Amino acid sequence: MKLEMRQVAKSFGSRTVLSGFDLDVAAGEVVSFIGASGSGKTTLLRCVNLLEPIDDGAIFLDGDEISRIGRDPNPIRRRIGIVFQSFNLFPHMSVRQNITLALMRVLEKSADEATGTAKNLLARFGLADKLDAYPDQLSGGQQQRVAIVRALAMNPELLLLDEITSALDPELVGEVLDVVRELKGSGITMLIATHEMMFAQEISDRVCFLDAGRIAEQGPPSQVFSQPRDERTKQFLRRVQALGKT
Amino acid sequence: MLDIKIFAWSTPAILALALVLAIARSSRNPALFPIRIFVIGYIDVMRGVPVILWIYLIGFGVPGVGLERPFNSPLLWGSVALVMTYSAYVAEVFRAGIDSVHESQRAAARSLGLSNSQTMRFVILPQAIRRVVPPLMNDLVSLQKDVALVSLIGPIEILRQAGIDKSKFANFTPYVAAAIIFLSITIPLTRTTDHLLARERRRTSATRVR
Repeated sequence: MKLEMRQVAKSFGSRTVLSGFDLDVAAGEVVSFIGASGSGKTTLLRCVNLLEPIDDGAIFLDGDEISRIGRDPNPIRRRIGIVFQSFNLFPHMSVRQNITLALMRVLEKSADEATGTAKNLLARFGLADKLDAYPDQLSGGQQQRVAIVRALAMNPELLLLDEITSALDPELVGEVLDVVRELKGSGITMLIATHEMMFAQEISDRVCFLDAGRIAEQGPPSQVFSQPRDERTKQFLRRVQALGKT
Repeated sequence: MLDIKIFAWSTPAILALALVLAIARSSRNPALFPIRIFVIGYIDVMRGVPVILWIYLIGFGVPGVGLERPFNSPLLWGSVALVMTYSAYVAEVFRAGIDSVHESQRAAARSLGLSNSQTMRFVILPQAIRRVVPPLMNDLVSLQKDVALVSLIGPIEILRQAGIDKSKFANFTPYVAAAIIFLSITIPLTRTTDHLLARERRRTSATRVR
């Protein structure tokens, strides 16, 4: 799915988060967004699947303007999956129910068919034995993998990953990133907001450095990480390096 | 026995009406704004006046307009008054439960393409109701006691039929005046609380999902 954002603006009260934001993502492309906290990564992703209404500009999916006021967001959201930093699994539902709820209620699949989809995806990501577990019985890494499965079950054309490893213990990060690596092979379009620089470097076709609500610098990871041109990008990468995360 | 009967049919009616009120009040559809205002007004008025006063006003007032049997029973209308007042209290309990479910749950549900009402039904309400069972029990216990107020109407009805009909309408003025005095205190109080809570929520929680 091709995504275009034109002159998108978004502010919360007096705080401007995105301003004059332009972005073009080709079908099948994996784009990572890096930048300091508050640089607009999360807001950007939430605007794309219409969880945040934009103040100005336009967003197009395959040339179709999805940000028009008054448009029903539900059919659009079906095509876009999002995985959140804090997992947001439904705590009163088992893993199976978490995954099948939207399959049955939105895509109107039968219970058997929905459960079949859930089983297949769980098996693919090493969670086959967790079908009837509840979220609070799972580790953070397992919960996040279930959240990814829940989004994937809807067969989205575009997947948004919002700092999906930021709430995890360091030893659990690997298993979640492995899932994303596998997804890259499947050819789905992905937008990734992340603090994991190594991972962004490895998985992305393109890296965008966000600063003050715009893309300050973008390009192939090798270029952005090794020869950043923008002064703010250089500063940011130096700070991150000093923390030993790169 | 009469108490138990009133309690038995009032409780489900209260829970059902309260749930409808709470959902209407929590709705985010801009088109439902007038309904939201109506519900807020209803809850303010019902909660702002003591239960006994409503039982008198409705329990005697409605049969007083000259309905036929069996619709002129003060017991019937007394129970209706009980349902109307208690549903206002219980609606606020449900609403607190709905508000206590974190915004991120709604975001997750909506991002999967679930509609607003599906999100409420499958994601928000099941979590909200679990959380409010203890305060709900609290209200049911006090309902059980207030049922006795309705059964008080029985003997008074006999007195009325014995001949105090003439003074009946004159006697309503003090009730209404008392109700207005209660409201003039309780409504500003609830509005202030709502305002403070809303400000707190804006400051601390994530932005609301459409």
